[in-house]
Formats: sequence, C-alpha cells, structure tokens
Amino acid sequence: MIGNDRVEVRKTHKLFIGGAFPRSESGRTYEVVNTRGEFLANIAKASKKDARDAVISARTGFNSWSKATAYNRGQVLYRIAEVMEGRKDQFINDIQDAEGISNKKAAAQTDQAIDRVVWYAGWADKYSQVLGNTNPVAGPFVNFSIPEPTGVVAAVAPQDSSLLGLISVIAPILVSGNSVIVIASTNSPIPAITLSECLATSDVVAGNINILTGDPAEIMPSLASHLDVNALDLTGVTDPELQASLEVEAAGSVKRVRKAPINPNWQATPSLSRIRAFTEIKTVWHPVGV
Amino acid sequence: MSSLDNRPAESHKGLLAFLAGLPGVDQVGAEARAAALGTRSIKKESKIWAIDLAISMVDLTTLEGADTPGKVKAMSAKALHPDPTDPGTPSVAAVCVYGDLVYAAREVVGDRIHVAAVATAFPSGRASLSVKLADTKDAVAAGADEIDMVIDRGAFLSGNYGKVFDEIVAVKQACGPAHLKVILETGELKTLDNVRKASWLAIKAGADFIKTSTGKVTPAATLPVTLVMLEAVRDYYQETNIRIGVKAAGGIKTSKDAIKYLVLINETVGDAWLTPDLFRFGASTLLNDLLLQRQKMITGHYSGPDYVTID
Amino acid sequence: MSFEYAPAPESTAIVNIKSSNGLFINGEFTAGHGTPFKTINPATEEVLAEIAQANQEDVDAAVRAARRAYDKTWSKMSGRDRGKYLFRISRLIQERSREFAVLETMDNGKPIRESRDVDVPIAAAHFFYHAGWADKLEFAGFGNNPKSLGVAAQIIPWNFPLLMLAWKIAPALATGNTVVLKPAETTPLTALLFAEICQQADLPPGVVNILTGDGDTGRMLVEHPDVNKIAFTGSTAVGQAIQRQIAGSNKRLTLELGGKAANIVFEDAPIDQAVEGIVNGIYFNQGHVCCAGSRLLLQESIAEQTIESLKRRLQTLRLGDPLDKNTDIGAINSREQLNRIIDLTKSGDEEGAQRWSPDCVIPEKGFWFAPTVFTNVTQAHRIAREEIFGPVLSVLTFRTPDEAIEKANNTPYGLSAGIWTEKGSRILSMANKVRAGVVWANTFNRFDPASPFGGYKESGFGREGGIQGLGAYLTSEESS
Repeated sequence: MIGNDRVEVRKTHKLFIGGAFPRSESGRTYEVVNTRGEFLANIAKASKKDARDAVISARTGFNSWSKATAYNRGQVLYRIAEVMEGRKDQFINDIQDAEGISNKKAAAQTDQAIDRVVWYAGWADKYSQVLGNTNPVAGPFVNFSIPEPTGVVAAVAPQDSSLLGLISVIAPILVSGNSVIVIASTNSPIPAITLSECLATSDVVAGNINILTGDPAEIMPSLASHLDVNALDLTGVTDPELQASLEVEAAGSVKRVRKAPINPNWQATPSLSRIRAFTEIKTVWHPVGV
Repeated sequence: MSSLDNRPAESHKGLLAFLAGLPGVDQVGAEARAAALGTRSIKKESKIWAIDLAISMVDLTTLEGADTPGKVKAMSAKALHPDPTDPGTPSVAAVCVYGDLVYAAREVVGDRIHVAAVATAFPSGRASLSVKLADTKDAVAAGADEIDMVIDRGAFLSGNYGKVFDEIVAVKQACGPAHLKVILETGELKTLDNVRKASWLAIKAGADFIKTSTGKVTPAATLPVTLVMLEAVRDYYQETNIRIGVKAAGGIKTSKDAIKYLVLINETVGDAWLTPDLFRFGASTLLNDLLLQRQKMITGHYSGPDYVTID
Repeated sequence: MSFEYAPAPESTAIVNIKSSNGLFINGEFTAGHGTPFKTINPATEEVLAEIAQANQEDVDAAVRAARRAYDKTWSKMSGRDRGKYLFRISRLIQERSREFAVLETMDNGKPIRESRDVDVPIAAAHFFYHAGWADKLEFAGFGNNPKSLGVAAQIIPWNFPLLMLAWKIAPALATGNTVVLKPAETTPLTALLFAEICQQADLPPGVVNILTGDGDTGRMLVEHPDVNKIAFTGSTAVGQAIQRQIAGSNKRLTLELGGKAANIVFEDAPIDQAVEGIVNGIYFNQGHVCCAGSRLLLQESIAEQTIESLKRRLQTLRLGDPLDKNTDIGAINSREQLNRIIDLTKSGDEEGAQRWSPDCVIPEKGFWFAPTVFTNVTQAHRIAREEIFGPVLSVLTFRTPDEAIEKANNTPYGLSAGIWTEKGSRILSMANKVRAGVVWANTFNRFDPASPFGGYKESGFGREGGIQGLGAYLTSEESS
C-alpha cells in the first residue's frame, strides 16, 4: 500500500442494541489485544443496564420477527450472508488478529461462517416440517404439533471461535423467530463487531440481534434472572461455577437452558438440536365433524 | 290461504335471518355430551320409576302397508293394558297409525289414550299442499287428536325454509284442536346444524312437538340428534315460557336406550319434560323390552319373550 | 316428577389393599427405612393403608438397583424386546382396569366415571403407544443412533396418579432408561399396584423402582449423584427448586408445571358445546388439572347469556361419593389442597369478584368444594393470576380478538388454552398467537399418548407424549 505515512482513522467499537451502536451506558471500555499481546482496540464494556436495554430491544424485535413468514426469515438470514460475503477481507483480518491463526485458516473460518448462515437460512422454511407433525390421536380430532420460537434468548458466544462459533450460536436461535442478546467472545470481540455492522446494513429487524461485548460473568447473571428472557444459551460459558449460578438464576422464570457443549466442533455440519433447543412445541386440537 | 308458493319471500326475511343467526353445533362435542350422559347408571327404584315413565311415553306405532283394522285393534288393546299380568302397568301415551285406520284405534281406546295419525304424504312428504291438508283433515275427522306430519326435506335442503314454514303453518291450521307433531326426518337432514335449524323452524311455525324421524329412514332417532332438539326446546322455553314437546322415533329398542333418553331430557331440559305431555317415544318393539325389564325389576328374575304379548 | 338417580356405587370388592405397604426396589417389595405414613380416602377420611417412607438408604438402594438394571440388562436389551415388555404392561393394565379405577378413586377422590373412562384407559394407551417406539427410535428424528440417558428419577403429582406414572415410565422404558419413580404422598396406591404389574409382566428387576414418601424423598432422589435424568410434574415452585438444585450438574431435566389457561369463547361459538367445554375445562377432576381452563374469557356480547347457560348446566352436576358411577364432582384430594382453595376463593370475595355455586349437598365427612364461578373478575385479581387447582372458574370478558389474546397471554404460565368459534380462520389466528403448549379449539381437556403435552414459559419445558416426548429421554444429537 502506498502512503504509509497517512494517519489512519481508528474505529471506536461500540455495542449493537436495537439496531443502533450505543456506547456502554457505563462509559466503560476494556482493552483488547491480539495473541501476541499487542493492543488492538478499546472495546465497550457492557453493563447490566446495557443488558437490560438489550432485553427491551430484543422483546420488541421478537414481536415482529416471530411473525415474519418462514420464507422471509430465510431471506433475511441469506441477506446477512450476502453482506458478510462483501466484508470477507475484513473478517479474515479480524479473525487473524483475534485468534492468531494463519490467513488461510481465518479465510476458511470466514467461509464456513458465511456458509453456515446460508445453511440456516435454508432451514427457515423447513425445520418446522421436520420437527413438527400431525398426531394420529384416538378420536375424531385433527391434531398437529408445530415448533414455535421460545422468545428472547440470551447467549454467550464461544470464547475461542470468534466468528464461526458466534454464527453457529446465533443463527439457529434466529432462524425460528427468536431474538437474541449475545455476548461476544470477551477476548476476541472484533469479528462480532464487524458482524454487527453487517447486520445493521442487512434486513435484520432492529433489536432482533443484540451484540454485547464485555464480561459474561458480569452481564449474564442479570440476563439469567431477567423475567423477560425466556432462554439461555451458555455455549461460551467456560467457568462451571458461573454456569451453575446462571442455571440457578434461570430457575426464577423456568428458563430453558442450553449448557456449554463439551469439545464443540464448529467445523462439523450442525444437527437440528440447536434449533430444537430454542423452540417450543405447540399442539393444536380441533374436532372433525360435519 | 291461496297459493303459498307465490307468497313473496319478503315475509320470510326475518325467519331466514333468525335461522342464519343460530349458533352452530359442533358434532363431535354434541356426540361426546350425548355419549357421556349415556353412561349414567340408573338402578333399582330409579330404574323402576324410569321404566314406568318410559312406558307411559310410548306412542305405540304401526305404520306398515300391511296394517289392517284387526292389527290396529290388537295393538290398541295392548296400548291400554300393556302387561295383562300386571294391571299396575301404565298405559302408553298413544297409538300411532296411518290416517285411514284411526277409526279402528279409536274404537278400542275410546278417549282413554291419544290416537296419533301420520299425515301429509307420510313418510316422504312428496305431495302437493292440498293433498297434505286433505290428508290431515281426514285424519282429524276420523278421530285423531294428534297429527304427525313430515316436513318437506327437499324444500329444507334446497334452502326454501319459507316453504317448509308455510306448510307447517297450514297443517297446524288444518289440525284444528289436534296436537301437531312435526317430523324433521333428521336422518335426511344429515347435520346437527340442520337439526337445530329445522327444530327452530318447526317450533316457530307452530309445532306442539318436534319429532326426529318417520322410522322409515336410517338413522332414525339418535341421542345427539335428540340432544340438539331438546336444546332448541329449552332455549325456546327460556325465551317464551312455552314448553314444546319432543318425540324420539325409530331405532329405540331397549329399556337401556329409553332410559338414556330420559337422562338426556332430565339433564338438558329438566324434569318438567319428564311427562308424556312433553316427551314421547315413537316405537313398537321397545314396549315389550320395557315390559320384560319391568317384570324383572318386580319379580327379581329375568323374564322371557313368551311372557309378554306379541300383537 | 323428578328423576332421582339411585346410588350406583362401584363395588370395592375388586381391590385388595394391604394394610401396610413397602417400597418396590429391584423387583421386590421391601420395607422402607423411614417412618411410615398413612394414605386416606379423601371422600371419607378413612385410612386406606400404611405406606413406607423411603429415606436416603432406600433412595440409594433404588438408584443402585436402577443403575444395575440399566448396565446389566435394560440398556443391552434389544428395542424389540423392551417393546414387548411395554406391550405386556399395557395389556395387564387393561386386564386389571377395574381394579386400577376403583383404587384410584378411593385414594384420589376422583369420580369413578373419570378414573374408569379417562385415567386408566389412557394410561394403558401410553404404554401401548410407547411400546411400539422401542425398536424404532432411529426414526424419531434424534439422529441415527439415539442413546438412552441412564437412570431417570421421576416425581409425579396426585391429580392423575396412574396416568402421570404412565406418562413418565412408558417413554423412559421405551427409550431404554431405567426408572425410580416417586408417586405423590397422598396417592401412592395405584403406583404400588403398578409395581405388581411389573412383577406380573416379569419386567427385569430394577428397571422400575417405586419409592413412596414425601417431599424429602423427592429431594433425595433429585440430588442423587447417580441419576441422569429428572422428570417432574407438579407445582411451578417445586419445579423451580429442582431446577436450582441440579444447577451445574449434567442431569437432564423436564418440567411439567402449573397453568392458568384461558378458555376463550367468541360470540359465534357453538355455544352448547362451548358450555360443555367450559364445564369440562374447569370441573373435570375437581379442577385438579394443570391445564384446566380456569380463566374463562367471554366475548362481552354473549357474556351474560353464557354465564346464565353455564349456571343452569352446573345445576346438573352431581357432587358426592366418587365411587358412585353417576358422580361428576368427587372429593378434593387433601385437606391441605382444600384449605388452599378456600384461601384463594376468599381472596376472590375480598377483591370484589362475585361468587356463585349451584345448590349441592356437601357430604359431612371428607374434603369437598362445590363447583364455583366467580364473575366480575379482573386481570389483577389473585383468582385470575394464581393457579387454584380446584373447581373454581374465574370469568373475564373481552371485546376483540386482540384483547382476548392479550389477556390470555398475560400470565407467566403457558400450558394450555381453549378457543371457541365457528370461524376457521379465527381459530388458526388465535391458535397461532396464544403462547401455550396445548391449544384446544372447540374442545378442551383431550389427551392422547400420540399428542405431545407440555408448556411454554413458567409452565415448564420438555414434552410428554408424541414423537417429541421421546426427546426427553434420549441424548440429543450433540455436535455443537
């Protein structure tokens, strides 16, 4: 590149709540470094109040996103992939910085992440055909079961797979019509921030995806105890004590909790278990008569 | 009352709107309710009581081409004294015959029980109004004090409710002092929504009784159909304080079945309807089963077909 | 003339209640090590039997037996053979159905009509349905090689003792798990009779273990380190306690908890069937039903006449001896529950709702509560928000479909809902918008083993019955 003496424009990294990019209401930031310990950026350190704001946005987002048609949800997810594809280079750089891996590996992760969004986009109008069914009850009734979105899901993204892991957590939550508040990898949040910029320029409903940066141990307890949060995805919670305490908090409103998987393999093709985890089966009966 | 068919539809607007506004009947729910009431267990003294009541509600019926004055007279004698071995057995409510045999029945029963005649081109109802009216008047003149008419199901099913209504009005007029039972022939109406509609139509047109069936079409009386008719009668009473009777005819052959109907009445319209004035069974073989059960309840041992009369 | 139905009591000669009952561990009845307690007939307050109280030692023994049976027998048995045991059990329940029905009615207080026509036949059907799954699990959508979890601890309530047992045990066994089940303290007898059925079916020892006892026994069972799965049906409060208790463990959990279902009746409803549905919705099983239609939402235009019809219908309900085949409303299961109902209905009076009950003679002995309707109820009343678990209906009104949905969903619960309208598109729209796991449209309180049951929100998670119910007892296809 020519003109190395140019003073670069540095980015101020912010949260992504309700489709906007606010600073943490606490005014706090924390330093993120690369794997060699070099300063990368100051990152907003989300507080409990930020989490609370995110829940309000997520609930609003849920109310419209959950009513969207399956076809529409699929298109919105696919649109995310399209926008991500246009920012591939930036993701690769971000991931390289964040995870200290080779350009090739970072590129592979980026490709996989985008492909995963596409994979889930394709599920939007199919998962209910696979997870739902009609039930042959013993009587003159039609009876069918369909999966519906659980509601507002608070998730912790994996700490070590900054983009693919993040996508693998949020896409299955979104595909069925849930909204999500996700806490990005604490030490590698920049790919998530780049993702939020993609989301802001895609067709995602405002508030439907909220990305917080900071410390899950600080933010999650208030989300786990928040009565308007319906489910927790603890995939990125590595501390067993934190996990246990979050589960205790979750019981206050009988939240569904998906625990951290053991040795997750983000490269592998997912099963439907993540979609299943954040859907509720609704069964409808109606008499059959003339 | 000249040409009814030419009467402008205007005069029926209110009726049509009323019928269209009736609440629907959910078939599955109605059948479940009727079936649930059918599981009531009626034992001991309540069973004896119910059997006597059922006997007193029977319209002992013969409606065959082969009917003769002799056959009708024999049946009428049985109607008066159903069980010759037990004079305590109640008489049935009425005998029910074709119009031309009313005289024979009346000869035997005098004015001790009612004589009902089917009329209006029974069972199909396929004749002109003038024939139906003549049929009715003949039967009344011969001594029938109850007329069981059939509605024009063709008119009903084609949506010509006004025609059905007007015919009932006209027949009611032709009945004079005789009570009018209007047969809906629910087996041809097919849906419970139609049963409800036809019940209201008949009641509004002046029926004293609404009756399920001719006995010539299967299915004849069923519990769900009777339930829906009783509901109409109940709701009409709520509105007007007037009690309309219900007759379940055809297909009721056993005491057990008859008691189910009594339970249905009891828990749908209440015990005010537990009288021959407001409920009838149109039946022939039912009576003998009621008598057998009655003998069993009184003597404590099972009876047999040779211990009741065949007529 | 009035039609009095003579008493038609079902004979109790068919049941043989032992005066003292042990625990069922490893295929044998054994004495418990806790202090025994008594189970009574709530309709008469007569003691039916003495019941063993399982203590820690017993819980350990039962879990050990279940683990051994899992390791040595059940997890190794082919699905085909597991299924055959379930088929046997189903048949045996059918054969002994009269006995189960009478025993259930004596121990629980529910009308024999219901235990005979609902509880017992559906319990048998659950075993029959799940029997067929045992060798077909790879087709159930949980991956090609779904695996059982191990030892399942199952805790069930007193409202449908045998039926809840069947809902728990049938899927657990079909999927290859072994079971330690604790029936409710006040209704242990049919579970013990079921233990006899297990013996009669030659079910391998330890596959099913039944521990009678109180909440302490339940807690010990939940906390036992060698339990892999907990399935609980009961109150939301206890469900939450269990969720907290097992936090941080690898135990899998499904919860079927409380409810406060809205039964929504529109002006174009098939009104006579709707009235039946309202009655069945809240007075079935004395209202001891988690999915009971306890909040009636009536469209204003038909509110008055529907309440009138409902009251007329309630006059025909027959309250009394649960063993009488004509009884519609039986006894409240316990004094404790009766007191709770009395307290909550008092709050209804105090908060300004109007109470109405049909005339009915309350027997002198036993625990009884007349069917009750509260009108003039608002969303803020306790009787509109808290689960009463008794024959008490709270009537509210609405003007538009949106208002109906708003009110229906305005609760932390989400187990079931009812919708009554003859308009098809409205049914589908309402069914779509109501946040509840089971939606009955133009019907209510229907159950079937093929139909998944379970709630949204604080009504719990996981499903029982149907293909989805199997998921509660299988490893999830955990890739990531």
